Amino acid sequence: MRPDFTGVPELAPLRAPRALDVAERRLRNGLSVLAVRRTGVPLAEIRLRVPFGSTAPSHAARAALLADCVLAGTEQRDRVGFAEALQRYGASLSTSADADRLGFSGSALTTRLADLLDLLAEALTSAAYPARDVARERDRLVERLTIARAQPGVLAHEALGRRMWGDHPYARDLARPEAVSRVSAAQLRALHGERVLPRGASLVVVGSLAPQKALDEVERALGGWRGRPVARPLPQLPTAPALPVQLLDRPGSVQSAMRLGGPALPRAHPDAPALQVANLVFGGNFSSRWVSNIREDKGYTYSPRSSISHHVLGSVFIAAADVATEVTAPALMETTYELSRMATLPVTADELESARHYAVGSLALGTSTQAGLASTLSQLAGVGLGPQFLAEQPHRLNAVSVDDVQRVAAEYLAPAGVLTVVVGDATQVAAPLGRLARLDEG
Amino acid sequence: MVASACRGHFLRLAGRETGAAAHRADVVSTNRGPVPRVKSVPPRTRLPAPRFTISRRVLDNGLRVLLVPDRSAPVVGITVVYDVGIRSEPQGRTGFAHLFEHLMFQGSRHLEKMAHARYVQSSGGSFNGSTHIDYTEYHEALPSNALERGLFLEADRMAGPQLTDENVTNQIAVVKEEIRVNVMNRPYGGFPWLYLPGVMYETFANAHNGYGDFVDLEAATKADASTFFRSYYAPSNAVLCVAGDLDLDETWAMVERHFGPLPARRTPRRPAFGEPRPDAERRGTVRDLHAPMPAVALGYRLPDSKGLGRAYLAHALLAEVLADGDASRLWRALVQGAGLVTEASAYVGEFGDPFEERDPVLMTISAFYPDLAARDRVVNGIDAELQRVATDGLAAGELDRVRTRLVASLLRGLDASMDRAATLAKFELVHGRAELVAEAPALLSAVTDADVIDAAAALADQHRAVLDLVPGGDE
Repeated sequence: MRPDFTGVPELAPLRAPRALDVAERRLRNGLSVLAVRRTGVPLAEIRLRVPFGSTAPSHAARAALLADCVLAGTEQRDRVGFAEALQRYGASLSTSADADRLGFSGSALTTRLADLLDLLAEALTSAAYPARDVARERDRLVERLTIARAQPGVLAHEALGRRMWGDHPYARDLARPEAVSRVSAAQLRALHGERVLPRGASLVVVGSLAPQKALDEVERALGGWRGRPVARPLPQLPTAPALPVQLLDRPGSVQSAMRLGGPALPRAHPDAPALQVANLVFGGNFSSRWVSNIREDKGYTYSPRSSISHHVLGSVFIAAADVATEVTAPALMETTYELSRMATLPVTADELESARHYAVGSLALGTSTQAGLASTLSQLAGVGLGPQFLAEQPHRLNAVSVDDVQRVAAEYLAPAGVLTVVVGDATQVAAPLGRLARLDEG
Repeated sequence: MVASACRGHFLRLAGRETGAAAHRADVVSTNRGPVPRVKSVPPRTRLPAPRFTISRRVLDNGLRVLLVPDRSAPVVGITVVYDVGIRSEPQGRTGFAHLFEHLMFQGSRHLEKMAHARYVQSSGGSFNGSTHIDYTEYHEALPSNALERGLFLEADRMAGPQLTDENVTNQIAVVKEEIRVNVMNRPYGGFPWLYLPGVMYETFANAHNGYGDFVDLEAATKADASTFFRSYYAPSNAVLCVAGDLDLDETWAMVERHFGPLPARRTPRRPAFGEPRPDAERRGTVRDLHAPMPAVALGYRLPDSKGLGRAYLAHALLAEVLADGDASRLWRALVQGAGLVTEASAYVGEFGDPFEERDPVLMTISAFYPDLAARDRVVNGIDAELQRVATDGLAAGELDRVRTRLVASLLRGLDASMDRAATLAKFELVHGRAELVAEAPALLSAVTDADVIDAAAALADQHRAVLDLVPGGDE
């Protein structure tokens, strides 16, 4: 930053995080396991990712319901018994499914890690999918999805996915309620048998624990989980087409949900750190240009934010803001302006330096907790990266130049290359938006 | 810049696990022992307690400071909590505590607008603030090489924010967008925390909408903000806590350097906000344009939270017995059993944190259900479960189970140095003793089946507040 006369203290020398105490093992059943010692509170965190992509049109609905039912009872105990056991271990265990994977995320008192792993193994090898529980969960999931679809941000996100990816499974990962209502317990058992299998799956364990001993515990508990899924690679992501701004009508909406997005670079790509910096300068944190403009200067919105998210088949840049209905067009105009600046003019050296520090610091903060470290390592494992990425990333960020940022911003943040969706009250926003851009309505 | 933390299943503003940690006396002491065993209680799962060392001082200007070193990762958390929250807002200025929280990010004595964010983020850190019923908190999570910078930033705004008409106007607009995105434009926005107090309570302080009416927000002025700052933001009305990668001697010197020169100011007297319990059941209805199905929330008054006594904590455990997932009473009876309800929750404190409010405190039981015609059966079902606990008691091991999980979740909420700083500061401010954090597992262990049964009976017998949410626009 510029020298200043405000008395703000300079930064002291940065202390690097300690090297991770890691142990890795690939079990004979094909499960990759990573155990990391992170002292702190007397807890252990676990994250399991099972590859779960599929091109079947019904897959999103089946995967979502499977995630809701896989802990609802096993051959050994019913769902209440399972939940009681978790409570006894001071444990939590939750599941989620997306277009890439089925995820299990849990924690327990360190002294109960082995018990938690046993419970996990029980669910993986003998989830029962009792018809009555499946029926209940199906009704509940339909209700939850209905509520989710009443939210403008959810609708906008889904529409943007369709704009970017057409009919690819990535564009269909939020299940439709009517598809969920047709899923049977037998279909869940079949899907579990075909896909909830160890080969290709990865498990991360982090906590106040000895890594080798934790690996032994995992092997003891999960060594009996067997099976090899039939490989079903998803097709490559299509190239996003150039399309007009899409306006979806939500009558009576007091805000417009604006979502802009396009392809981004995967984490391991040599230019990914430069794109990360470009995103931060544009809208990736509170002191970014876009937030300064449309929130702190104009007051159009509460929480504008842009981000890059990484998936198995590709990465995506998304800028999201919910803006007051009457300023929808000016907000889009300012957004386009800020993207245009990124694409055509260099960032300043100060901006680069700030973004770099932010990226390095947030990585250190995000991995300073047991839960944060476990989630980060699991996400990295999902895209084929190991824990050494955490040590290397600060160096990669330090090597980024102003030119690098401009080069990747011109390619990935240019308004001509991003797709735009607005969900709002069309009677109020269609005309003003129509003066800025060609619109697709509906 | 979030208003608050909420634990409903569909709402989540700032949520954070509760709990934290340790110490006593004036300089430094350490909590390292096992949980004290409580006599006359049968053996049970031994619960771990949070461990840390607190170093404490009160500066000459009255600022209370806690330092909590932990050098395992090169990060620090800094929290400042001020003893002013939603309850202290002036009449006609609903939402002002939260609006003022936003104004604390708009420049300070030496720094222009946006500089706070820029300095924190260009140091690799993150920051935020949140407004609660009884306090307002500000925090930075930073790489530890930015510790002194973070302390400077907090001291600089404790010296005084830059209050301008332009900043007030801009932040009123931002807060209105926050309310639109979190309340008006989403299903179940603000349910039940924005509305249930208005049904339960009669005094303005307890009953009003903490996000604020647009009319009140738009009427707010720079002069209001100056008065609010002068009244409530004195050093002696605040607690500073720093946790993480720090050297005690160096950090005490930094604290003195930046906060020491701030002049002492009058400490506001905090009024008692207690009010009589209702003498009849109170009812209210809120209509929700975006909600696809109805919901109901029941509000109950609790014993005084002061000192976190057994009678009070028994309610926090009762809430877990009732609604902690698949093994809980309400989920078994109403979700899995009768299938009347899709989500049930029970929690103490309006934002779901049993440790963040002084008297009066509400316990909330809420349910989301698909069939409006089943509304009475849903409420009767909840009543029946409360009555069942009150008359038949708990199953063997039931209390231990929920207690173990509650303690584990307290511990989990203490792992990040930022969360540790925030929790300790909160306990120091609200309960007067940060060491209660480390004692929480023991205090929870002292609660017996009989205490939980009494808590259930007390709820079943009292005149409560009932808030219905009905889908659809105004009638």
